[in-house]
Amino acid sequence: MTVSRRQFVSGVAGAGVASLAAQNFVLAQGSEPIRIGLLAAKTGPLASGGIDMDLALTMFLKERNNTLAGRKVELIIADTAGVPATARTKAQELVEKDKVHCLIGPLAAFEALAIADYITEKEVPTLGVAAAEDMTQRHPSPWFVRATSTSAQSAYPLADYATKELKYKKIVTIADDFAYGHEMCAGFQRAFEDGGGKIIQKIFTPLATPDYGGYVAQVKPADAIFLGTAGSNGFRFLRQFIEYGLKDKMAVIGGMTALDESVLRNMGDEALGILTTSWYSAELDNPLNKAFAPAFRKQTKYDPGFYAASTYVSAAVLEAALKATKGNVEDKKALVAAIRASDADTVRGHVKFDELGNVVGNVYIRKVTKKTDGRLVNSVIKTYPDVSQFWTYDKTAFLKNPVYSRDYPPAKNLEP
Amino acid sequence: MQFWIIQGLNSLSLGALLFLLSSGFSLIFGLMRLANLTHGAFFMLGTYFAAIALRSFDWLNIWFAALGAGVAVAVLGGMFERLVLTRLKANPLGQVLVTLGMSFIISDACLMLWGGDSIPVPTPQNLQAPTRLFGFIFPTYRLVLVALATGAAVVLHVLLERTRLGAMIRAGVDDRQMARAIGIPVSNLFTTVFCLGAGIAGAAGVLGGPILSAYPGLDADMLPLALIVVILGGIGSLLGAFVGSFIIGFTYTFGTALFPELAYIILFLPMILVLAFRPQGLFGRVNA
Amino acid sequence: MKWIGAALIASALLLPPFFAGDFYVNLASQILIAGIFSLSLNLLVGFGGMTSLGHASYLGVAAYISALLTARYGFGHGAAAFISVTGTVAMAAFFGVIALRASGLGFLMITLALSQVLWGLAYRMSNVTNGDNGVTGLTRPSPFGISLDRPAAFYWFTLIVAIVAFLMMAIFVSSAFGSSLKGVRDQPRRMAALGFNPWLVRWITFVYAGFWAAISGLLYVYYHKYIHPTSLSTTSSAEALLGVIAGGAGTLGGPAVGAALVLLLKNYVSAYIERWNMLLGLVFLFIVLFMPAGIVPGFSKLIAAVRGERR
Repeated sequence: MTVSRRQFVSGVAGAGVASLAAQNFVLAQGSEPIRIGLLAAKTGPLASGGIDMDLALTMFLKERNNTLAGRKVELIIADTAGVPATARTKAQELVEKDKVHCLIGPLAAFEALAIADYITEKEVPTLGVAAAEDMTQRHPSPWFVRATSTSAQSAYPLADYATKELKYKKIVTIADDFAYGHEMCAGFQRAFEDGGGKIIQKIFTPLATPDYGGYVAQVKPADAIFLGTAGSNGFRFLRQFIEYGLKDKMAVIGGMTALDESVLRNMGDEALGILTTSWYSAELDNPLNKAFAPAFRKQTKYDPGFYAASTYVSAAVLEAALKATKGNVEDKKALVAAIRASDADTVRGHVKFDELGNVVGNVYIRKVTKKTDGRLVNSVIKTYPDVSQFWTYDKTAFLKNPVYSRDYPPAKNLEP
Repeated sequence: MQFWIIQGLNSLSLGALLFLLSSGFSLIFGLMRLANLTHGAFFMLGTYFAAIALRSFDWLNIWFAALGAGVAVAVLGGMFERLVLTRLKANPLGQVLVTLGMSFIISDACLMLWGGDSIPVPTPQNLQAPTRLFGFIFPTYRLVLVALATGAAVVLHVLLERTRLGAMIRAGVDDRQMARAIGIPVSNLFTTVFCLGAGIAGAAGVLGGPILSAYPGLDADMLPLALIVVILGGIGSLLGAFVGSFIIGFTYTFGTALFPELAYIILFLPMILVLAFRPQGLFGRVNA
Repeated sequence: MKWIGAALIASALLLPPFFAGDFYVNLASQILIAGIFSLSLNLLVGFGGMTSLGHASYLGVAAYISALLTARYGFGHGAAAFISVTGTVAMAAFFGVIALRASGLGFLMITLALSQVLWGLAYRMSNVTNGDNGVTGLTRPSPFGISLDRPAAFYWFTLIVAIVAFLMMAIFVSSAFGSSLKGVRDQPRRMAALGFNPWLVRWITFVYAGFWAAISGLLYVYYHKYIHPTSLSTTSSAEALLGVIAGGAGTLGGPAVGAALVLLLKNYVSAYIERWNMLLGLVFLFIVLFMPAGIVPGFSKLIAAVRGERR
């Protein structure tokens, strides 16, 4: 131990203590702004989604002059870097340091799980984006609400469409080897097999796969392949899938993030005709979206997708709730009750929430088409109205079963 | 039967990609005893360069892009070496810090400049038609990549074995002090080799682009692969890097296909086995 | 001067719960936990000359064992802590045998490989570890019946553990064994000639470092009340390694300073600067160029130069 080490540390410590002490002298204000915290991954592998979440929410507030229900709004954005420990620390920062009245986000399931008990303990109304099923099923929190979709919620309609209208009999599923992929494929499998189809192969690719060529070669012949992927991995797999000529042999269908607008904008004609399902499309024909999508495109030069819509829709729900409480955010219980009771019109259509806090809203089957200006878009070809997280299954029975995972429901029709 | 052939070809193309990635790393580590942890970022810069340049300029083809990226990254590498790395001769920990720090800077710059999405690198037009083999098709570009890797190996071999520069490099690898003593300008040699290694990484990034696409995190995915190949093959040995790349290519491709449970382990298994029985790697020298 | 220095450090450590808001007290707890972890890594890197990129394995495994035993199997915290630490130390002993077959880059790669294998297993064995969802619903222990749920209480607890850890590691390093470790780091052949067993010295250090990493892992899981495979990842290990080197490997206080630097940039500065990753890289570059041995030795030289002393 050296003397100078102590001196260095003590210098820093002295300054630190002084500044920390100063914090506590700030007094509470009278008519304060509403403070909203956004938890988004602005760096790291999920950055693409996080950046869009930020852009859309900022745009929403700017359109309303940063005023909701007659009160000024302040948005504080925290970068979770896609790491659960950081998400938790940032949630603490937003709640304890910035004193936010509610949270929007986070995006990743593990980020949401990392903060779940914290937001419950601190009673922070949270409009989550993450798709983790159990957040609104077996481990719900009265403070957590989700306006987007569970992992499987948007997959059921596609399974139904695949059996009834496309008449597919055998499908291969592929997804990243983590909970989101497991849950989505499990939901798809359940509904598809209930409709008489067979899932003959389930491939889960490890998270850091350098080259998808080997996996493409493993795909067995079937009527279609279901992509339960998200972000760059799915895109990279699809590219290889097309390069190996498999797109000529089997159809490609995908879940809500497989061919998201953010992926589509980097693809070419090879994407035409692919069917996906989601709770949003930039091509939706309702008046709110007809204003939102072009405005977003004007600002960013690309179409809004899952991530941008997630915060835009959540903000719309929040606004409806604030109108109901007449701008009162201090009464947290009233705010979260208003959010859960809200019946709002948003860019995805009309949304309500079930008793567990998950959204009940439209799910759309989309097909990739090309517009006259050369843009690839997800055109809506069918709407499934008011889809809940339980689809057509009985809620009590559903909740008695274990949560969807890699092995549940068991895949009984796998070909060797 | 078809399975074995296709996966065999996949293994070859993965091996080719790995060799292009790790040859530069092997060169730098062999001569300079420097584990260049910025290597993944140099590779990624090449991929992003290809993605953006090929999208913006349609007169540009991938081969010129590879050359361009190689030169650009070589220059960047050279500046980094001259300004920063030369000061860290006897400080291996400092080298770790600085090369990782540089990779943070590069990857964050890529995120800042080009956003978080994956940007594809288009396969060259004349290679887009797949090759028909025994009744199935296989992407032509991957076969070309195997040829490229072999070509690169030959060129590097000739460079090392038949040119004066190569002789100086080999002398420096074998015995740095003696090389200096007999008048080889080791410091300039280091800069040259670092530029060469970085440049190869950049060019490799371009060439790997059609298979990998540019995305944030590519550097962190690629770096461990380069490390594994070089450790497996042996430090300071180009032949080791070549053989190691294909061993990994085969074990990974067939391993993940036949034993998906072992997906996370399969990448490291050959390396751990070799290190357990032959710590210097397959072709490495004992004093390395 | 020494006493003023000591008093200021003591005040920096003792005052936060009284003056600062909960957020800062929590941040301080996190810094202490990262500090213990980095100090344990420093035993290997700075004093032992073994650069490891897999140290997060021990933190993560200890955290997981404690989490699973308490949340799923109903063990009490005391028993769970004992089993976790023993289990992790046993694992360190085993990994040490494998890793020490090589040195330098080979050692680095083996530690990296082993930690990646564990990371993969944490994802893959989801019926045990809950895979990507991580383990939730955890609680903090109540030593002697005192609850640690409030930030201030947890901070005091962590501070006590950190002080004990620091003292134990300081004693380790300045003991005769510590000297033999430094000897083996600098001159292994000479030490062997003198009758020491370099392999054994390194292995014992490896295990001891694993022990303290396990302790920091327990504190980590108590603090976060959540554990996820990312805690076992190479990024986690790399951040710790960078903190150690930046702070000053081979000094006692350096790694803690480095750990604080990385943590503050990641968690605190990131609120103000979007490009904090780039800033972190630039800071590292700066440190290496101007303070090649790390922050602490660098500052020590700076202050000595300012005071006109000769060191």
